[in-house]
Amino acid sequence: MNGANSSSVVGGGGVIVEARDLVISFGETPALRGASVSVKRGEVLAVMGPSGSGKSTLLYCLAGILVPDSGGVSFDGQRLDTMREEQRSRLRRDRFGFVFQSGQLVPELTAEENVALPLLLGGTHRKEALRGARAWFERLELDGLERHRAGEMSGGQAQRVALARGLVAHPDVLFADEPTGSLDSLTGELVMSLMTGAAREEGTTVVLVTHEPRVAAYADREVIVRDGRVTTIATVAG
Amino acid sequence: MALLGLLDREPSHGYDLKRDYDTYFARGRPLPFGQVYATLARLARDGKAVAGDAEPGGGPDRKRYAITPTGKYEVEAWLGEPIPAEPYLQTDLFVKVLLSLMLGRPAEEYLDAQRATHLRRMRELTDLKQQGNLVDALLADHGLFHLDADLRWIDLTAARLAALAEEVAS
Repeated sequence: MNGANSSSVVGGGGVIVEARDLVISFGETPALRGASVSVKRGEVLAVMGPSGSGKSTLLYCLAGILVPDSGGVSFDGQRLDTMREEQRSRLRRDRFGFVFQSGQLVPELTAEENVALPLLLGGTHRKEALRGARAWFERLELDGLERHRAGEMSGGQAQRVALARGLVAHPDVLFADEPTGSLDSLTGELVMSLMTGAAREEGTTVVLVTHEPRVAAYADREVIVRDGRVTTIATVAG
Repeated sequence: MALLGLLDREPSHGYDLKRDYDTYFARGRPLPFGQVYATLARLARDGKAVAGDAEPGGGPDRKRYAITPTGKYEVEAWLGEPIPAEPYLQTDLFVKVLLSLMLGRPAEEYLDAQRATHLRRMRELTDLKQQGNLVDALLADHGLFHLDADLRWIDLTAARLAALAEEVAS
């Protein structure tokens, strides 16, 4: 809990993302009031907390989408909060994957084009990008849906397409904000099982925001955000 | 009742019943042989099962047991009968929270520790569910949903602690 004025706040070699003393307000409303958290390389971390606690804001700060008013965020030894926006944007595209509550697929594109998007934006040729995208359909139990559009798929299918899009470019970190929030519990379980299974196979670090314990139970560890701060839980036996 | 139910599939030896019970229902608490034979003897005494002739080889396991019409009727009735919905009004969780507040102890810390303990168990059950078969998943889900309900209560209680403390103090 010291000041965050060092050039890098990343600690040991095992830490890939770290936030230190984050403070951010939206207008007069404080969302984070000194939140600190470390995410280890390869781990699946659940960020839990009641609505309005600041857990999604913390995720967006860790992912370099929001810049905190004070405090520092580091990814792989680089300070995210002080880097130029273009640089941060490139980092998000090349090293991070995202899954949001409701798929947020581009409705005009087919499922495989949606999955290929991060590769296309990264400069991969269309043919190769689509080939890379298609490999995910079998893996996420989506065979036959390659040419479907968002409107022609169920919520669970669309969310798995979004998951494939999040993982297709082999990101270092997958950020997932309530990825099962709009799904029934059986479909949500399938998405979680596939997400954590694929991430572990790929060695991808996952930061998962959820308020559901059954979803958090797929993670290796959880932290709780309460009133804009991260509570570290003392795990006691029994 | 589980043993009688297993016997309703086909006449069986005590050993087979124990093996199937342990596979499906025991979950780390295997049934002692003594209990299997005591139960079978009781079922025979009550007319719910009958023992066949002892087969060559000797020993208690040489007898094959079969369910009787009375036994079948009992299994049928038991399967359809709902178990009482637990009132869940006596729980250590609740007692600990209330006593903490009465004694001015940090109830929030206790709730956090309990949450961590519950979540750890939920992770174990989620692992079991992912690695096991559908039968394992069914049992794991039963545990998961109950722990999930506790956690919802823990969160709600944590959010109400200040108001609760006032009410307990007055």
